[in-house]
Amino acid sequence: MWFFNSPQIVFGEGALTHLAQIRGARAYIIADPQMTTFGFVERVRAQLAEANIETRVFDQVEAEPSLATVRHGAALLREFEPDWIVGLGGGSPIDAAKAMWALYERPDLAPDGISPLEYLGLGKKARLITISTTSGTGAEVTWGIVLTDPNEKRKLGVGSRETLATLAIVDPQFVMQMPPRLTADTGLDALTHAIEGYAANWHNDFADGLCLKAVDLVFNFLPRAYANGDDAEAREKMHNAAAIAGLGFINSMCTLAHAMGHALGGAFHVPHGRCVSLFLPYTMEFAANAGNYRYADLARFIGLVAPDEARATRNLIAAVRDLETQLGSNTSIASLGIARADFAAALETLCDHAENDTQIVAAPRQPDRAELRRLFECAFAGQPVTF
Amino acid sequence: MAVKFGSPEWVQALQEQLNTSQAYADAAKNWEGDFYFIVDPEGALTAPIYLYMDLWHGKCRAAFVAPDKSAKAPAFVMSGTYSKWKKVVSAQLDPLQALMTNQLKLKGNMTMVMKNVKAAQEIVKACTRIETEFEM
Ligand SMILES: [Zn+2]
Repeated sequence: MWFFNSPQIVFGEGALTHLAQIRGARAYIIADPQMTTFGFVERVRAQLAEANIETRVFDQVEAEPSLATVRHGAALLREFEPDWIVGLGGGSPIDAAKAMWALYERPDLAPDGISPLEYLGLGKKARLITISTTSGTGAEVTWGIVLTDPNEKRKLGVGSRETLATLAIVDPQFVMQMPPRLTADTGLDALTHAIEGYAANWHNDFADGLCLKAVDLVFNFLPRAYANGDDAEAREKMHNAAAIAGLGFINSMCTLAHAMGHALGGAFHVPHGRCVSLFLPYTMEFAANAGNYRYADLARFIGLVAPDEARATRNLIAAVRDLETQLGSNTSIASLGIARADFAAALETLCDHAENDTQIVAAPRQPDRAELRRLFECAFAGQPVTF
Repeated sequence: MAVKFGSPEWVQALQEQLNTSQAYADAAKNWEGDFYFIVDPEGALTAPIYLYMDLWHGKCRAAFVAPDKSAKAPAFVMSGTYSKWKKVVSAQLDPLQALMTNQLKLKGNMTMVMKNVKAAQEIVKACTRIETEFEM
């Protein structure tokens, strides 16, 4: 028994105009400061105004939304009493909007206690619209929420199937100007979602096809979108790929690269996509070394020919590394400029946080503590995983 | 020797497994909160079984079959029917997937749960290492 959850998705050029058709009285737009600077908030407000919806804006979500920001936002929502909440931006504002919505409806909840293991009863006061302005996190179509506890320097994966948008707008107009570094980081996040979602122990028939398609789209269009930001087709395909990968992993699970990536990102403030994609090939090697060859299906689907599953898997791992190199992304922790001494001092905490990250539970191969330490060591030095 | 699921011997075997598991000690080192694992009546089982476990920082300090629900007031209560527990304990059903699909129910401080998910997995792994006999 399992579920498949998805918002209604409006995608492609002009998707934003669908907002003019929705019905409601008040919408609270949750965004980050750049959304205002880029004029994106105004574009959204204009559409909502056409629908006679009164709007308010909170555009102060930080890059790694904290528990405090979520509580603050929820208090603003309670003042305005919106019937729509609009999460606009990359993963951070969208995830913050999900958590604020949960606390708006359920003031008794703690943001780090939003859990898929209990019924929350959301949707009585408001519903959620998500509009993604990067092509990576898939946050627009997922119910997962990543928050940061600044005291513990820890990222927390929370969320409930109820913290899912009613409507997700996947409109490429918002990603045409993404700088190359952000394009690469977010695109590699989407790749990591698709590969991990496919290989996770919780993989299933409904999510598999989405993961396969997303991997194919990323390999075909991310290099183009990175090399030439004006390539409208590549931009649109990558925007779709991110949402497809998001649906793929949220209905299966992300795994070890995300658990380790969250730990590293929480400790050293490295962008999410860079972190998780850095760990991806190492964790794939670790799984493959124990005979996990589901990756071979992905290799075949993108046309990597190999005589057997083991070699197909190795080919895919090599292709991931090549893509990361081609996009100028980091393939080791050391290359991020993190000193050996700082890494060594943080190593036990990194293991603690990765070990108890919600994303670890469905990993195709679960590392024990010693193996986890060695995985971090390999990723630090850029050495292949041989165990 | 196989022990009957839900029996005093079984819950003691689980305590032993947990207290000798380094993986559990690591995963649950921040865990605070005792548990009722409740086996709800089904089929030949006509009354619930209350398995009490005092879990504290990677150790199981006490474990026994409680005579009735009022014996303890634990911080967490996880419940499910005999057949669901059987599937979980014999590793046919992922415990977190069981919880997410409401086949098992959990009540308690969710913040503690969300920060210590691996501990839950290690408990189930410990269950699977017990040679368990099921009555139905
Ligand atoms: Zn991600």
